[in-house]
Amino acid sequence: MGRKRDILIAALILVGLWQVSALLLDSMALPEPWIVLVDTASKIADGSLLDDLAISTFRALSGIILALAAAVPLGLAVGAEDSLRRRLSPFIYLLYPIPHVVLLPLIIILFGIGNFSKIFLIALIVFFQILVTTRDAARNIHRNYFHSMQTLGATRLQIYRHVILPASLPKILTAMRISIGTAVAILFFVESFATTTGLGYIIMDSWGRADYVALYTGISCMALLGFALYLLLDRLERRICAWTRTD
Amino acid sequence: MIRVDSVNLSFSHEGEVNQVLQGISFAVKAEGSCAIIGPSGCGKTSLLFLLAGLLQPDAGTITITGSPRTGTILQHYGLFPWKTVVENIGLGLQLKGEAKDRIGARVEGLLAEMGLTGFGRHYPAQLSGGMQQRVAMARALAIEPQILFMDEPLSSLDALSRERLQNLILQVWRDKRITTILVTHSIEEAVYLGRQIIVLSQRPGRILQIVDNPGAGSREYRQTEQFFHNCNQLRRILKEEDHGPEA
Ligand SMILES: Nc1ncnc2c1ncn2[C@@H]1O[C@H](COP(=O)(O)OP(=O)(O)OP(=O)(O)O)[C@@H](O)[C@H]1O
Ligand SMILES: [Mg+2]
Repeated sequence: MGRKRDILIAALILVGLWQVSALLLDSMALPEPWIVLVDTASKIADGSLLDDLAISTFRALSGIILALAAAVPLGLAVGAEDSLRRRLSPFIYLLYPIPHVVLLPLIIILFGIGNFSKIFLIALIVFFQILVTTRDAARNIHRNYFHSMQTLGATRLQIYRHVILPASLPKILTAMRISIGTAVAILFFVESFATTTGLGYIIMDSWGRADYVALYTGISCMALLGFALYLLLDRLERRICAWTRTD
Repeated sequence: MIRVDSVNLSFSHEGEVNQVLQGISFAVKAEGSCAIIGPSGCGKTSLLFLLAGLLQPDAGTITITGSPRTGTILQHYGLFPWKTVVENIGLGLQLKGEAKDRIGARVEGLLAEMGLTGFGRHYPAQLSGGMQQRVAMARALAIEPQILFMDEPLSSLDALSRERLQNLILQVWRDKRITTILVTHSIEEAVYLGRQIIVLSQRPGRILQIVDNPGAGSREYRQTEQFFHNCNQLRRILKEEDHGPEA
């Protein structure tokens, strides 16, 4: 459990640095951490922040799950099937480097300004990150694993289930680690306008009102959301990729 | 009965044709044991892949009468690192749609037979090289094959586990009456385990000689005059191939 202790110490040091900076700066723009903590706790306790926390979590999670559901099967197939790879890789090559976030206007025109547009944009961006990693993982599986399956008389579907998917999973999870950061960043972006719910809105709104404590409460909750998603992924990884930890 | 008739094999890579096997002909009768030996890179693995149906020859034919069940142990990346020992061994039966409890019973029996009891829930990377090879053997035997193809199954082992596994192979061959084809680069191993020894030349692999070794098949053979004599004969053939006839 040394790792947990180290993380706790690091967290304390970071909060300590915040405290010191706040004291040194002595400005309204940087309140002391305990004030923010009290504000956060009271707003969660009285329920006023819970809705925003819930809707933001919902948007981020749905975006990620939607992206996974589309990118993993497609990535595995494009990586593992030569003909599919030849046909689709040029498209991926062209579409991947585009900053998809600029498609926001188009998405809003198509889907309106509701939740779906927000989720869709998160999903779109995460989709490409996971797609490319999954494809490369599925493509670089050693030939002998396929030979082994062949000697055991496996069907193509069985090869996907027993070789291509499990062999690619560690890399997919690594890609997800990066995607969580992206998803939360995009979440902030899509919640910063045309909505009155979510942590992004809280941040923009309190900024506008120069309510700095509320601003930092929003920022802290956003950070906590990212961290919680990270922890969730850790759990998942320990469960489904136990074989990569051989110590 | 396995019959190989005038088989040629080449790989082409970016227009460059690489001849690997040339005019290979031999036959192994049912319940026989055949060792294939030759210098590194001469095409031993390729020949085994041809026999196991993982490659197709450019010319010539390979006939295996009676479409028997076959088990295969590959030289590298044979076991699935993401599956436990039990899952690896049971995979062939699982793919065939066997009932869970029947697979469980069969795997349990094989674990005991291979001296792996208590390691069923381990992942391959947590096992020693010798144990990994016994898992590979158990997996190949799980489907009760009539022919067993093995590609240097013992090359990565220390002397002691090597000898123990050689005895295991011998026992499997004798007790289960499985036709065994064993690729090896060890002269002693070939003579100990192969009643028929196919000596390949350097690439492109041709058959230099087929050595009859009818004494193989018992543990005592290792101590006999004939064993040493045949080892020396093999050594001479391989040396001449390496340096040309001695002056
Ligand atoms: N899939 C492949 N594509 C192209 N060339 C190949 C392929 N497989 C093997 N070769 C080439 O064929 C030749 C024979 O390879 P093979 O693996 O059969 O030799 P080997 O006798 O098993 O070698 P080793 O003793 O190292 O195991 C080598 O030159 C190798 O580079
Ligand atoms: Mg080889």
